[in-house]
Amino acid sequence: MATSAAIIQRERVQVKKNFIRGDSLLPAGIVTTFLSVIVLLPLAAVAARAFTGGTFWTEAFASDALASLRLSLVASICVALVNAVAGTLIAWVLVRDDFWGKPLVNALIDLPFALPTIVAGLTLVALYGPNSPVHIDVAYTQAAVYLALLFVTLPFVVRSVQPVLMELDREMEEAAASLGAGILQTYRRIIFPTILPALISGVALGFARSIGEFGSVVLISGNIPFKTEVASVHVFGQIESGDIAGAATVSVILLALSSAVLLALNALQRRGLRHGG
Amino acid sequence: MAGRLALRVAAFAYLAAILALPVGMIFYRSFDHGIIAAWHAVTQPDALHALWLTLLIAAIAVPMNTVFGVLCALLLVRSKFRFARVIDVLVDLPFAVSPVVVGLALVLLYGRQGWFGPWLAAHDIRVIFALPGMVLATVFVSLPFVVREVVPLLREIGDDQEQAARTLGASPWQSFWRVTLPSIRWGVTYGVVLTTARAIGEFGAVSVVAGHLAGVTQTLTLYVDDRFEAFDLTGAYVASVVLALLAFATLFSMNALARKEA
Repeated sequence: MATSAAIIQRERVQVKKNFIRGDSLLPAGIVTTFLSVIVLLPLAAVAARAFTGGTFWTEAFASDALASLRLSLVASICVALVNAVAGTLIAWVLVRDDFWGKPLVNALIDLPFALPTIVAGLTLVALYGPNSPVHIDVAYTQAAVYLALLFVTLPFVVRSVQPVLMELDREMEEAAASLGAGILQTYRRIIFPTILPALISGVALGFARSIGEFGSVVLISGNIPFKTEVASVHVFGQIESGDIAGAATVSVILLALSSAVLLALNALQRRGLRHGG
Repeated sequence: MAGRLALRVAAFAYLAAILALPVGMIFYRSFDHGIIAAWHAVTQPDALHALWLTLLIAAIAVPMNTVFGVLCALLLVRSKFRFARVIDVLVDLPFAVSPVVVGLALVLLYGRQGWFGPWLAAHDIRVIFALPGMVLATVFVSLPFVVREVVPLLREIGDDQEQAARTLGASPWQSFWRVTLPSIRWGVTYGVVLTTARAIGEFGAVSVVAGHLAGVTQTLTLYVDDRFEAFDLTGAYVASVVLALLAFATLFSMNALARKEA
């Protein structure tokens, strides 16, 4: 018995080895080639263009480029902070509260993911633009930029915090409450530490999305240089006017910012997996 | 209890102000000049062509990313490929790249002064300001979805059944079609829905490489922008409503599929 089991075990290992060696060569080749042609090569071309000609620093510190990068960065950080609060609140209401039409509201959260960004921008023009039916006109102001970014990044924090809240043990909160902890204290000591990793992840993904956002901003912000022009709109303008070196430079900075955030998040999650089990 | 109500009201107010009311407004505004004007706007030849082009691009890009996505997920989970960690990070890269940067990248490769520009010109192949460039841009931005849906599923189901099939003499191909694919099919479908939504909705990247020729290289999202710039608000709103309806169909499928998976 023992020997036949050992033989089967050996055969399984052999099969597995064959599977890895022989069969994954072709898929590995296809995947690597596809990824290189579609993603890596184009991005390499941007980086190469930015760093040839020795104009990187002069382009990066051109006052209009710098202003657009600053607006994108500041707005993305503020929007990330608002999302941290509003997203947690919405996730909380969706998990702990009960009301009529909850499945519908829950499904609606994903709408910004499904809706084209240009349509998102147009919806904001319809409600908060000129001829606003509620008499709030933010068109061509920085408020429009913030509003557009809040719209497109709404699902990130909600969708990352929601599953964690669902699994949160209510008994712990009840125990804290029965020991005399107030709502805020329970939140600070029990809920917040539990949802923090998910919250960070949602905030970081939202930030990476905001920093390069284009479609939702372009219609309502008016794209006024030094005032409401975000970085991606600035790049678009540079492409249109033929300043490819400038466009490539700002692009590289945008790429660096968002990939730094996502890489940090990736590292954080790996560490969390190792330590948290 | 009062605290709970206050939280609910705050969440509702935020959702209404940021999301529900703006989206509701485009439906309302579409019919500002009556239903007949709206119908005329949506049946304009340029609008219909834009819709057709949008669907065509999605029909090319989505199958490409589906095949790639399943293959890539299998490679990441099932093999001990040495560069799997690198590929794992690279697959997410399109999420971190601004759409405009994607467009610029393609221009720098395939444009007249791009790396492959002279060769393409010599062979009379147009990529930029033509369909191939728009497809490439769409494939780029919608690349990660299928991979990201299928990887966790493959991890969860494990490879016991695949190994059993292989021990019983199934070829890798047979084991994939008979064992692996049936167990990941809803995950793949979910990924396909997300990929399709992203492909239909892409604006920035396609905008850079398309050249904006009405009735030629104009997708539906570009058409919305074009109508808005031309002060034809009804045209812009009506085309947006078509896109919004597609988005609602996406949400509906996502929900139906999520229930099926659970």
